Amino acid sequence: MSALATPPQERPPRLRTDPSGSWRAWPLRDRVLLGLCWAAGLALIAIAALIVLYMLVKGVQYLRPELLWDRPEASIDQSRSGGFLDPILGTVLIVVGALVIAAPLGVATAVWLTEYGKPKWLARMVESGIEVIAGTPSIVLALFGLAFFAQGGLGFLSATGEGGAVFGRSLLICCAVLSLEALPLIVGATREGLLSTPRHVREASYALGKTRAATIHRVLLPVARPNIATGCALGMGRVAGDTAVVLLLGGGTLQLTTNGSIPGLNYLQGTGSTLTTYVYANSPSGEGGAPEKAYAAAFLLLALVLVLNWAVDRIARGSNERLGWTR
Amino acid sequence: MSGWWSDRRVGPALGSAGVLVLAIIAGMTVYVLREAWPSFSANGLAWFGTGGDANVQLENIFRSEPPFEYMLRAWPLLYGTLLSSGGAVIFGLVLSTLTAVFIVEFAPPSVVRILEPVVRLLAGVPSVIYGLIGVLVLVPFLNDHLISTERKESVFYVIQLTGQSLLVATALLTIMIVPIMIAIAVDALRSVPSSWTEGALALGANRMRVMWTIALRAARPALVAGAVLALARALGEAIMLAMVSGGVIFAPNPLDGSTFFFEPIQPLAAAIVQGAEGITVKPYGQTLFAFAAVIMVSSVGLSITGWAVRRRLRRFAA
Amino acid sequence: MDPLMPPPPIRRIVVDAPHVVVPAPEPETNGAVRMRPRVTTDVVERMRVEELTITYGPKVAVNGVNLPVHQGEVLALIGPSGCGKTTLLRSLNRLVELTPGAARGGKIVLDGDDVDAIEVTSLRRRISMVFQQPNPFPMSIFDNVAYALREQGSKRVKRAELMAPVRNALERAGLWDEVGDDLDRPALRMSGGQQQRLCIARALAADPEVLLLDEPCSALDPRSTATIEELILQLRESLAVVIVTHNLQQAYRIADRVAFMYLGELVEYGLAEDVFERPQHTRTAEYVGGAFG
Repeated sequence: MSALATPPQERPPRLRTDPSGSWRAWPLRDRVLLGLCWAAGLALIAIAALIVLYMLVKGVQYLRPELLWDRPEASIDQSRSGGFLDPILGTVLIVVGALVIAAPLGVATAVWLTEYGKPKWLARMVESGIEVIAGTPSIVLALFGLAFFAQGGLGFLSATGEGGAVFGRSLLICCAVLSLEALPLIVGATREGLLSTPRHVREASYALGKTRAATIHRVLLPVARPNIATGCALGMGRVAGDTAVVLLLGGGTLQLTTNGSIPGLNYLQGTGSTLTTYVYANSPSGEGGAPEKAYAAAFLLLALVLVLNWAVDRIARGSNERLGWTR
Repeated sequence: MSGWWSDRRVGPALGSAGVLVLAIIAGMTVYVLREAWPSFSANGLAWFGTGGDANVQLENIFRSEPPFEYMLRAWPLLYGTLLSSGGAVIFGLVLSTLTAVFIVEFAPPSVVRILEPVVRLLAGVPSVIYGLIGVLVLVPFLNDHLISTERKESVFYVIQLTGQSLLVATALLTIMIVPIMIAIAVDALRSVPSSWTEGALALGANRMRVMWTIALRAARPALVAGAVLALARALGEAIMLAMVSGGVIFAPNPLDGSTFFFEPIQPLAAAIVQGAEGITVKPYGQTLFAFAAVIMVSSVGLSITGWAVRRRLRRFAA
Repeated sequence: MDPLMPPPPIRRIVVDAPHVVVPAPEPETNGAVRMRPRVTTDVVERMRVEELTITYGPKVAVNGVNLPVHQGEVLALIGPSGCGKTTLLRSLNRLVELTPGAARGGKIVLDGDDVDAIEVTSLRRRISMVFQQPNPFPMSIFDNVAYALREQGSKRVKRAELMAPVRNALERAGLWDEVGDDLDRPALRMSGGQQQRLCIARALAADPEVLLLDEPCSALDPRSTATIEELILQLRESLAVVIVTHNLQQAYRIADRVAFMYLGELVEYGLAEDVFERPQHTRTAEYVGGAFG
């Protein structure tokens, strides 16, 4: 009685046809194309997996802990050429330094473009200017830096030789030039965050009698913080991965050297290397010819890039959860 | 505090950041072109032409005493740049179109969840790592297994085949520029109005044909923009190409048949890196600046073009 | 059906006696509103919907609907928004399968065959559809109309061979006189009414058996609406027409049979005269009365 009293619950109907299964009836040409689409997608996954796995294997094979805290030495004997403490520190220095320059500049530019943008012609010019910088290869930026910072008046940024000749190469100069590479990424991400802020959020702030500037400071920037963080992480990845600028402007020493007398700043004013230039120098293309160490440093570099990638993902996902109204 | 945050002050303060960006661009143009000028003015339009051996010419420039020697016919370098980046863009166009169609329409959600981070990863891998893999894995592999001794002997009197080749350069360059092309193509395919794709499906076209005849057709400007931006990237890629292209300036000869792909190239950007040691030598440095000027003008022009095309497209889709 | 076989050719069924149903009564001549020409051909059942249920996840959009579709008659689906009429329409050519999460129960029959057994692209060529917003493709008028024809086979067809069917479709849609002299004009340059008629021509090009119209006039001005209504009345001679409409006056002007849906269920189905003038259910009376009361 009890089991039969209630009528059996009607089961939800099933879709009887599988929409993706319909390819079987396609003409041969379309089936071939579908196969090529799959092949392209899977090939990219395979390439990425191969790169990561290969670097992982080589990294595990050659990365010994003492490499991390030994300083590099110039020696033909590989067992005495040391590790890459200095390149690691160099990478950290230029990433932080470039970010310190690029973040305020980028955020300011983005805020000005989205919230003020007047006069219009200037805004449009700045907008395309950002695009120009984004499209300029780092090797061109490097040569620009070389020509610009070797001027007499800018000697304080780097070493000066006898007779006032400006060397024009230091980690500080690297930071300045590399900040240009991070700049478009920070501007782009910040603008995206500001543009996706609904109008009613701004209007609510204006309605409370706040000025535009106060609204930016108190409302918009906190809201766009995840986007700014994304832009910074992307920019850090770009800076950490750059080789050309550091190769030309880093001074070409594997060890960090100091220059000047102010502690802390003296490392920035000196020369040095980063993980990328260390890899380059130790590859067969450079002078070192120590592929094992190049592999180990490259593994570290790739790990850094992966972590930054992952951070970008996490920030993006986290901000989507917190700011539900953007969807 | 609150007095400082007035619009009258903040607006121009922020605007000056934008103006600084413009000033930097102006400065870059002026400095690079000024340094490059002696090389261009000494050679005239013949700078872009052929004649003589560019290796010897660069050597002479490097060694010259005042009055400096600037004589250079840079065609082999330009040709190497065009070959590697042109080839990469053509392969990249095919690969990115197929992948974008796959991501947007055919890949199961689980595959998309893998493929999208993969594309971002490939874009984020530093070029020095691509170069390292190229010079330590691909080049030796080519040299040991794919280039036969007969092939090496067949061009022995012109060039030595080591595996540092057009093939490796183009392949790696393709992988490096394909992510941005995929990103732009996926963006564009996703913004194709669903009324068009649905309308085509309702007319009895299958999903592949809908992608091909409707979606990709509508997204064509974006594919062009992606290719243009990718070309700008490829022209400026220096480190990876310097690592896999060897130290010789050579113009691969299509008449050599399939050996063509195994012959070395030396693109402009790679030549700058190769010669970076001697950049303080005046005429030589100015010649390298001339290379940079050519890259700068072309890649800036290309990226503005691509940006303008994308901008128009976005307005059209909205 | 072997999945690797090419789709079957489109065929017209031979009209035999048992299929023939009673045609709608002659239009009344006293009301100026219903000035419809009489159908000259036999009225034949082309489609049948049996116990159709469609759900989007937990939401039931269509619930247990039974409905015949006749050639020679215009069937109008009416009802308040969200009542499932568009979902029902889209399930007829299996377009509803594109919606993620959609599931279907029950059966839809086209000329005696279950639509699930017909390869989906050939099904959609036999059951054509026109959408609410005119959606011409961004190509020339000719290419728009020829689209379905070109997609039919895998071979490339010459333009000259396509000219006759394209012209035929444009003539049936009443557009040939307006655009026949310049078929290479981009379709997006036409007026809204012309665009929608182009979409009808495009749907007719593959010579379908059933034409589905999803509120085809909601984006158009009254003059274009009148042109398209006239067109629909002509088209019902040669194919079965199903139209979803919000506009009760429009349903009254052109429909031979009306199906009133409410909350996913089919409340009332019958001859247009009966549904509008003698509704059997209070829901129908309320809805129809709202417009005519």
